[in-house]
Amino acid sequence: MSPEPIPSPSGSPAPVRSSGRYSLWRLLAEGLRGQQGWRPAWRKPHPRPAYQVVIVGGGGHGLATAFYLAHEFGIRDVAVIERGPLGLGNVGRNTTIVRSNYFQPPNIRFYEYSLKLWEGLEHTLNFNAMVSQRGTLNLFHTEAQRDLFTRRANQMRLLGVDAVAVDRDEVRRLVPLADLDNGRYPVLGGFLQPRGGTVRHDAVAWGYARAASNLGVDIIEHCEVTGIRRDGGRVTGVETTRGFIGAETVCLAVAGSSSRLAAQAGLKLPIESHVLQAFVSEALKPVLDVVLTYGAGHFYVSQSDKGGLVFGGAIDGYNTYGQRGALPMAEEVTAAAVTLLPALARVKVLRQWGGVMDMSMDGSPIISHTPLAGLILNGGWCYGGFKAIPAGGMCTAHLIARDTPHPVAAHLDLERFAAGRTIDERGVGPFPYLH
Amino acid sequence: MLRIPCPWCGERDEIEFRYRGDATRVRPAPDAGLDAFVDYVYERDNPYGWHLEWWLHVGGCRRLLKVVRHTVTHEIRAVSGPQEDPELPPP
Repeated sequence: MSPEPIPSPSGSPAPVRSSGRYSLWRLLAEGLRGQQGWRPAWRKPHPRPAYQVVIVGGGGHGLATAFYLAHEFGIRDVAVIERGPLGLGNVGRNTTIVRSNYFQPPNIRFYEYSLKLWEGLEHTLNFNAMVSQRGTLNLFHTEAQRDLFTRRANQMRLLGVDAVAVDRDEVRRLVPLADLDNGRYPVLGGFLQPRGGTVRHDAVAWGYARAASNLGVDIIEHCEVTGIRRDGGRVTGVETTRGFIGAETVCLAVAGSSSRLAAQAGLKLPIESHVLQAFVSEALKPVLDVVLTYGAGHFYVSQSDKGGLVFGGAIDGYNTYGQRGALPMAEEVTAAAVTLLPALARVKVLRQWGGVMDMSMDGSPIISHTPLAGLILNGGWCYGGFKAIPAGGMCTAHLIARDTPHPVAAHLDLERFAAGRTIDERGVGPFPYLH
Repeated sequence: MLRIPCPWCGERDEIEFRYRGDATRVRPAPDAGLDAFVDYVYERDNPYGWHLEWWLHVGGCRRLLKVVRHTVTHEIRAVSGPQEDPELPPP
């Protein structure tokens, strides 16, 4: 049986008013005019009484959903409602990594579709998101782990996704900083996904917001949802701090707080909220060309264009809505960093922060109808939400516009838990704190 | 860093403990039906506020504890043995 091909997105560019297009010519012209011609990247409209679609959450997934609704599906009567300013939630709190190196075929298909959308994103949005396909290198430290990674890489290659086995010498060449001869966890080799890499996360939010706004989407900041109004079994709109806003369809894209919003609609979700920390070191000269993951602990690192090493590890491990992390995980992550890259021992950590994740019961996301008609859920991203933004937005928009799931996201429905077809990438069972 | 007052060992750092999740879930009767089991295995209240949860004192007495902890402030209000039912404060 030959696998179904992963669809390639069209990637046609979004229309931008000529006065708003970013180009070298524009930069030169504005330089001569004293930079007076720039306009805010998105409008600041007052909410209208009703919209066809109201998206709750102005993060990556909410903005991407709004953009693809307008751009791909022609639905422009859309509002995105955000509690604070754009980009201060998880879209600005992640470690900016994009990749599609999964094992479960549905995950490979979904994340590969996302990676293809990332590859065309800047062209589509006319916005420099600094998409950098520098490669993601996963190290292995035992022969059993090598076999596991080989199995995963073969699964990826069967679906047409790039994965390359890398021996010790090649690891040494790619990451001269790494200590390959650690007495306890020597590095035996690695797997490289050359098309993986990083994307500047703030620019993703700004780029989608600007393009969606240009297409007529209202982006309403500082507007908190306080209730979800229902009539019988159907959603009719949202109560907000700026009044009631009616809607035929309400989409929740509030990962981290999905349970709280769903509770306002009388729903209980297969989700727990957990905090994931991220760290940035002081700026260094270029020392790391790839995204590197450690195989003997939970640690991943890349170097930003400003020179700081951006790194993270696992969730703190207990339910929390606090956007801050505790020291035990900070110690574990920095210990892994120094074990793998001993030269970092004297590098200072400049900043640390936490983002609240929707940890789902099988570790996979949810893009789904809900028991309340007209309420769509985009959530459960665990700590894979950033890389999924383009595909998450496209598939959520598809579900809203066509009322049927996108082919690469049909498995992400809420029904899968009761139906016994969970997608458990790590194989640990219904324990969110272990995913 | 959480400091969890174990009823048997006294107050200890969180690194001695393993989190074991929501302690309000009760296994339904074998004939309770699919919905009851889906609710038990998968659905969670995930409260913004007081949470009753299991912690296993692996680095100490190795007993399971029930802990009442706030999911925003992380304040620990009560700790008990597994048979007891500590009361959840109002939200």
